Amino acid sequence: MADPLLRVENLVRRFGGILATDNLSLDVMPGELHAIIGPNGAGKTTLISQLTGQLMPNSGTIVFGGRDVTALPSYRRSRLGLARSFQITSLLPDFTAADNVALAAQAHDGHSFRFWGNARKEKPLRDAAQAALTRVGLGARADVPVSELSHGEQRELELAVALATKPQLLLLDEPMAGLGVTESARMVALLKELRKEVTIVLVEHDMEAVFALADRITVLVYGRVIASGDPDAIRHNDEVKRAYLGDQHVVVAHG
Amino acid sequence: MKLQINTSNVVVALVAAGLVVLPLYSQLTGNIFILTLFTRIIIFALAAASLNLIMGYGGMMSFGHAAYLGIGGYAVGILAFEGIGSGFIQWPVALVASALYALVIGALSLRTRGVYFIMITLAFAQMAYYIASGMSRYGGDDGLTIYKRSNFGGLIDLSNRVQFYYLCLGCLFGGIYLIWRIINSRFGLVVQGIRSNEQRMQAIGYHANRYRLVCFVISGTICGLAGALLANNTDFISPAGMYWTRSGELMVMVVFGGMGSLFGPVIGTIFFLLLEELLSQFTEYWALIMGPLLLLIVLFARGGIMGLLGRFNRG
Repeated sequence: MADPLLRVENLVRRFGGILATDNLSLDVMPGELHAIIGPNGAGKTTLISQLTGQLMPNSGTIVFGGRDVTALPSYRRSRLGLARSFQITSLLPDFTAADNVALAAQAHDGHSFRFWGNARKEKPLRDAAQAALTRVGLGARADVPVSELSHGEQRELELAVALATKPQLLLLDEPMAGLGVTESARMVALLKELRKEVTIVLVEHDMEAVFALADRITVLVYGRVIASGDPDAIRHNDEVKRAYLGDQHVVVAHG
Repeated sequence: MKLQINTSNVVVALVAAGLVVLPLYSQLTGNIFILTLFTRIIIFALAAASLNLIMGYGGMMSFGHAAYLGIGGYAVGILAFEGIGSGFIQWPVALVASALYALVIGALSLRTRGVYFIMITLAFAQMAYYIASGMSRYGGDDGLTIYKRSNFGGLIDLSNRVQFYYLCLGCLFGGIYLIWRIINSRFGLVVQGIRSNEQRMQAIGYHANRYRLVCFVISGTICGLAGALLANNTDFISPAGMYWTRSGELMVMVVFGGMGSLFGPVIGTIFFLLLEELLSQFTEYWALIMGPLLLLIVLFARGGIMGLLGRFNRG
């Protein structure tokens, strides 16, 4: 079996007395789409933030591509090929869609201590941006300021920005959040395409989407992995059923 | 970038042209006062433009920008006092000293954000002020008279009012051109991106503080040049010129003109200093009128004067 692209071992993160990540271990194999699900407050976003380096774990290790990245800040991890999208849309509102994506491409094209040339006229950057925008279906909206894009378009732009960093691993934090039915369907279709090229960790509430897309699913409850396996195994796992159907029960069991 | 004909561009072009022909008017009418007034305005406009680079484009509210005026000025004054009159030495020293100060202050201040950043830049500038006050060899509190302006050989005579005016204007236009190149460069887009959403920029691979710091240093260096000009203009340098109220005035000039607008600081400085000049002829309480005006602009015209002009195009 190949080495995992991402290996998380015994990760712990506390917020005061709350264990948001409780001795969590996880492997993501190259090429797979690994979904992480769990009820609200299960620590999914906390986990993603630790994977990208926005948040530092109290203990445990994160190994990405054979390299221990636990102590690396987020901008260094991004350079290694780790990209994320945000659950709450996080873009540059006063820039156009193309600017947002071009800046992501620029970040991975050497340093940016270039003070003279007009960056908006650099064709390679603009072409890369246009390609990523077209990829997510925003090709015609390149010159629209982000603040004028619809919520659905902003979600797609999040994805284009992440793609423009040419990631090896894409961490998607609820890409479907707040999308309508048709928009969700478009996003699922898009993810189906993307997964052929890049390894994806998908955090998502939309169960239909998760079971349609995932190779493997890990279920988090109160910061712990309670189950991990292929969609079928998860569907029939008793503990998962309890977690989703009867939250109370789990609280008693783990609290 | 295509040049568009709109109200703000027309105003900017008119103001720029006015500044260019002003010495001619002064010569024809024999009005020397207006030339000295506008020399001062141009120097402050350069300082305000440098502040706008970090405040408007970089989102860094520095409340200690007057320190660079002082450092640039003292570099000229102290060297002149010690017998080194050459501008070719004085000015590079002024720029390097300002850059080094900005590097140290920036490296420390940029660990903080928001109000703390404002406070820490203010504190450092006040430290610089007290250090200047303590330099008894160079006049301490009383300041230091500069008996000879910077000597640039036969190249340019700074004692000639018109030549000095055009030198200042050249520095201002050059400074604004430099800032224009910077804000549209790769570096400039990164800095503006960090102002807009730092977390996002970190997540796509930018070490935000490194870019911020370089921007901070560029701004301080340009302001140091303004300091060297100012010292030559007044033939005098004193700690009073780097007091925190001076930093506040620079901020007001930027806000009046319009933060994050390339030419805004120039318009803002002209507005501020002309108004100060006019009002102080009527009353010594001119700040009583200036204060409410600032309030009105902050409340009703977020983009300053340039923002107001921009509205004519849309409305």
